[in-house]
Amino acid sequence: MYFVKRLMYAVPLLLIISALAFGLVRMAPGSPFDRERVPASPEIERQLKAKYHLDEPVIKQYGRYLNDLLHGDFGVSTKYRNHTVNDIIEQALPVSMLLGGLAFCFAMAIGLPVGFITAARKGQWPDVIGGLLSLLTVCIPSFVIAPLLILDFSVKWNLLPVGLWGTPARMILPTLALGMFFVGKVARLFREGMISAMQSEYVRAARAKGLGETTLLLKHACRLAILPVVSFAGPMLADLLTGSFIVENIFQIPGIGIFFVNSTSNRDYTMEVGLALLYAILLVLLNLLVDFIYTLLDPRVKYE
Amino acid sequence: MSEPERQHLTPNQRAWRRFRAHRAAVISTWYLAFLLIAIVAWPVVLKCSTANFAHMHDPDQLSDAQFVHPSLQHWFGTDFHGRDLFSRVLYGAQISLMVGIFGAGVSLVIGVLWGAVAGYVGGRLDGFLMRIVDILYSLPSIIFVIVLLSTLGEILKQSHYVTSSPRLAGQLRVILLFVGLGAISWLTMARIVRGEVLSLRSRAFVDAGRVLGAGNRRILFWHIIPNIMGVVITYLALTMPSIILYESFLSYLGLGVQPPMASWGTLMVEGVSQINPIRIYWWLILFPSGVLVTTLMALNFLGDGLRDAWDVKGK
Amino acid sequence: MSLFQRARRIDSRARFFVTLLLLVGLVLSSGCSQTEPPADLTIINGVEPESLDPAIITGQADGRVVAGLFEGLTRLNEKTARAEPAMAEKWEISPDGRTYTFHLRTNLLWSTGEPITTADIVYSWIRALDPLTASEYAGQLFYVKNGEAFTTGKIKDPSQVGVHALDPYTLRVELEHPTPFFLDLCAFETLTVVPRQTIQKYGDRWLMADPLPCSGPYRLGYWHLNDKIRLLKNTNYWDAANTQSAIVDMLPVGSPDAALNLYIHGQADIVWDKSLVPTDLIDLLLQRPDFHSFSYLGTYFIRFNVTKKPFDDARVRRAMGLTIDRERIVTKITRAGEQPAYSLVPPGTANYSPLDITNYDPGLARKLMEQAGYKDGNGFPTFEYLFDAPAGGSAKIHEDIAVELQQMWHDNLGIQMNMRQLEWKVYLSAQAQLDYQVMRSSWIGDYNDPNTFLGMFTSTDGNNHTGWKSPSYDALIHDANQEPDARKRAEIFREAEKMLIDEDAPIIPLFYYVGINYFDTNRIQGIYQNVLDMHPLQTIKKIKPPR
Repeated sequence: MYFVKRLMYAVPLLLIISALAFGLVRMAPGSPFDRERVPASPEIERQLKAKYHLDEPVIKQYGRYLNDLLHGDFGVSTKYRNHTVNDIIEQALPVSMLLGGLAFCFAMAIGLPVGFITAARKGQWPDVIGGLLSLLTVCIPSFVIAPLLILDFSVKWNLLPVGLWGTPARMILPTLALGMFFVGKVARLFREGMISAMQSEYVRAARAKGLGETTLLLKHACRLAILPVVSFAGPMLADLLTGSFIVENIFQIPGIGIFFVNSTSNRDYTMEVGLALLYAILLVLLNLLVDFIYTLLDPRVKYE
Repeated sequence: MSEPERQHLTPNQRAWRRFRAHRAAVISTWYLAFLLIAIVAWPVVLKCSTANFAHMHDPDQLSDAQFVHPSLQHWFGTDFHGRDLFSRVLYGAQISLMVGIFGAGVSLVIGVLWGAVAGYVGGRLDGFLMRIVDILYSLPSIIFVIVLLSTLGEILKQSHYVTSSPRLAGQLRVILLFVGLGAISWLTMARIVRGEVLSLRSRAFVDAGRVLGAGNRRILFWHIIPNIMGVVITYLALTMPSIILYESFLSYLGLGVQPPMASWGTLMVEGVSQINPIRIYWWLILFPSGVLVTTLMALNFLGDGLRDAWDVKGK
Repeated sequence: MSLFQRARRIDSRARFFVTLLLLVGLVLSSGCSQTEPPADLTIINGVEPESLDPAIITGQADGRVVAGLFEGLTRLNEKTARAEPAMAEKWEISPDGRTYTFHLRTNLLWSTGEPITTADIVYSWIRALDPLTASEYAGQLFYVKNGEAFTTGKIKDPSQVGVHALDPYTLRVELEHPTPFFLDLCAFETLTVVPRQTIQKYGDRWLMADPLPCSGPYRLGYWHLNDKIRLLKNTNYWDAANTQSAIVDMLPVGSPDAALNLYIHGQADIVWDKSLVPTDLIDLLLQRPDFHSFSYLGTYFIRFNVTKKPFDDARVRRAMGLTIDRERIVTKITRAGEQPAYSLVPPGTANYSPLDITNYDPGLARKLMEQAGYKDGNGFPTFEYLFDAPAGGSAKIHEDIAVELQQMWHDNLGIQMNMRQLEWKVYLSAQAQLDYQVMRSSWIGDYNDPNTFLGMFTSTDGNNHTGWKSPSYDALIHDANQEPDARKRAEIFREAEKMLIDEDAPIIPLFYYVGINYFDTNRIQGIYQNVLDMHPLQTIKKIKPPR
């Protein structure tokens, strides 16, 4: 019941976001149709604006937009004039989702064990090295890691392709480049979670009961420690799924991240608003998912 | 037989002790102090040195010595225009650290005020303020930042202050970056502060203050906020790296600081464009990123140390 | 450990592994579904086309794809880039140069099999002029009688526009005034033939129709944004026998480093866009045999806002032009072998012979500044030079040039310049609204004639962007366009250019662009360098190099 209520709250949230985004993108200076080469007659620009209803008052435009939205139509992109925002999202989102999903698995598959080991061996060498490495990956920007990866794996050792998308081999480097940052983040979060879980009263009680150290660590502490990772996972997945512009740009991957940045630079109003809504929807769904997993993991958590 | 006197330490002293026990944090503090000294001292060194030295190491001075390897004359090598990289890195540090500190500062001011008011007043105002935070959380930050930077830029450019002072116009971009980056970082701070204030306001000392006749505003500013300073400073130290990192992403998009000013972000973007299969001028990428990564790691360790010291829980 | 306890422990780990397996399965399955035949030719085309509708495209990358899909009365020859017969087999031109009669081939078919007749041509041209289409390049058809009037709404009846189908295979076109480059214009994308029935059925999304009728040497296989555009040979094309490659993939790549990487790894055969060469490596790359540079119909220049002091004084502008060491810029900064430009129209432009001036004279410049009242730069206000920001890995050439200009002007004239980098749309906005003092600019010719460069600076042209208005210049351009004799026409244009560059100087040309393509000449045939950098797709072929 709680989750249904949450979903219902999401509707006004999305409405507000659509209105906010709608107004915000029109505030930026410059118009979608400004070009290096001005058309031969100012009449043409006027017609172009009229075609997209940009000459109407903003409220009227927004009303029209909401009406279309009710029919599931996000509008025609002002830059890609033969594509609707729906077309573009349909093409690009699955690619970003795949890449994001892979990066997520990679981050979890490496980050969780590293976090576990550094917490279990706190203060000793594995902790120092693991801690340094995880922090390192959090501090290097992806536009430095990606070309370095290409340089090593593709150029020098000729193991993997330099870019584009489609075959599993092409997915390896972008996953690494995208996931690296999150490996470190997950490892650090999990480590902190483990350390505070090991000190919690729950675990102290279990220790007092006489449970062995391994069981303690694996069974009980993990369950507690994974909670901050899970709550970080929601926004993390939203960011991953909406694609990383930098990784997609460098590896030439046809994902949706490129559109996030380019639509803003191009003042592509319909695309910007559509993407803002998409991001908000994803975030709402993922947060709900995260909260749901929370209840499964931690029986103390109850929602009214 | 009497017990040995237990030392009574104030919370601050206890925190300091715990901080000192965190080796990485201490090393990081030394590094950051050293970096700050280098940044401040270098322009002075240049002014006081021989004309030749100053000329060669002037970060804006073009020369014909393009792409020189690191050598005795140019410790970090030179770039495409023949400018000394060591100097550029140090001057770039000024910009990056300023953006980091002021951006974190903006996020601090907005976040602390927002969260403290929400947590203290509670009730419907709290609900309203936090709903706004939820909504802003759901906006993709990149769209917001780009729109904010260009819109504010245009508005400020027309304003009286800027048209009358060309120096201010040049620095407008950097100021916009503080504001813009701070504007997207305050959300987490607000949530944390609200949580802390919520737990603090039901404590005894607040009631005591009220009994003594202190008004709400006084309690908020003089009693509650000082007690959350530990948390706030910790998160400041942890927000700075993410702001500096975000600025480097904006530089990749061409939206960071403008030439001729350079930040670590813009230097790294220049360096990264040198990574190609033909030939690599490795120093252009190694030194700026090396310094950036080390500084960010130091800031993170510092934040970790502070967090351990103040025994702060929660994200 | 009881079964129940075991199950609980496996809980979150299991979930994670199951997700992992699912994703692995997804990956493998997506890998399996991509069994399509490899392309005969893979070309990196530049940025993603905004559209493939000939009437509304404006970019060159768009134009190259459209040229493969849709054809017009003429097409460009691959070697000379001049017009040759395409849909029109032959034509007659009236003595006064205002009436053209085209005779269409009788065997023209859409890729879906229907015949193409003159009615389709009339429909396509009227559509491009139609105000509702909002075609930004409708100006290319303003040379046709009443073209502009129809677009601006002065006349509502399309039959008054000067293009008429006399019968299904004969077309008569009436022009506003003699236009020597009209046949080249007929090859331009805006004037190509589009399928009426598909557009009437699907409206704006007609390009999504499947099958999409195409009139050119290729038809559209599929168009995946930011991924690739696949073109398949159109067997109904009248010249299909000469189409060399059956499957052509066009890849959109924006970053020069990515393009270079892909090319070196053999994932692309040709890279043709001058901005796709990493500028820092240009000098090294041009030494390789597979990198080809050639003169290109474009000029890089500096614009002044002549409505703002102190740039309203022509002496100041000329002085600033006289102190720019263009040789240094092209040898140290751009390094692709560009020629320094002292006039606007690039050498090699058809119907023209360039002005012969060399304007580098710091001494004269200082005298001019002194005359204007700014001896040694005293009293000259600090001003701003605007340029657009590179984004996402593209070159920062404008910044590099700005740095040089700053130093040159300071050292020679004692004036102080500040640089300001603007986001692209803000830069365009500043240019359009005359909200700048000095800014960088460039212009690529639309067609091979001086009018595309010089016509810009008339008082009424929307691309002027300098605030410079000269009635005598306007008169010269007008006269040149009415002049039927080619030599006299070129003379009038030269006079106009002299006024523009030498006397008033609202702009300062810096250098002529150089086009750069890279491909291996041993393996790729049928592509030739020309000044428009337009290469018909159907003539290009990839062969195995001789062993």
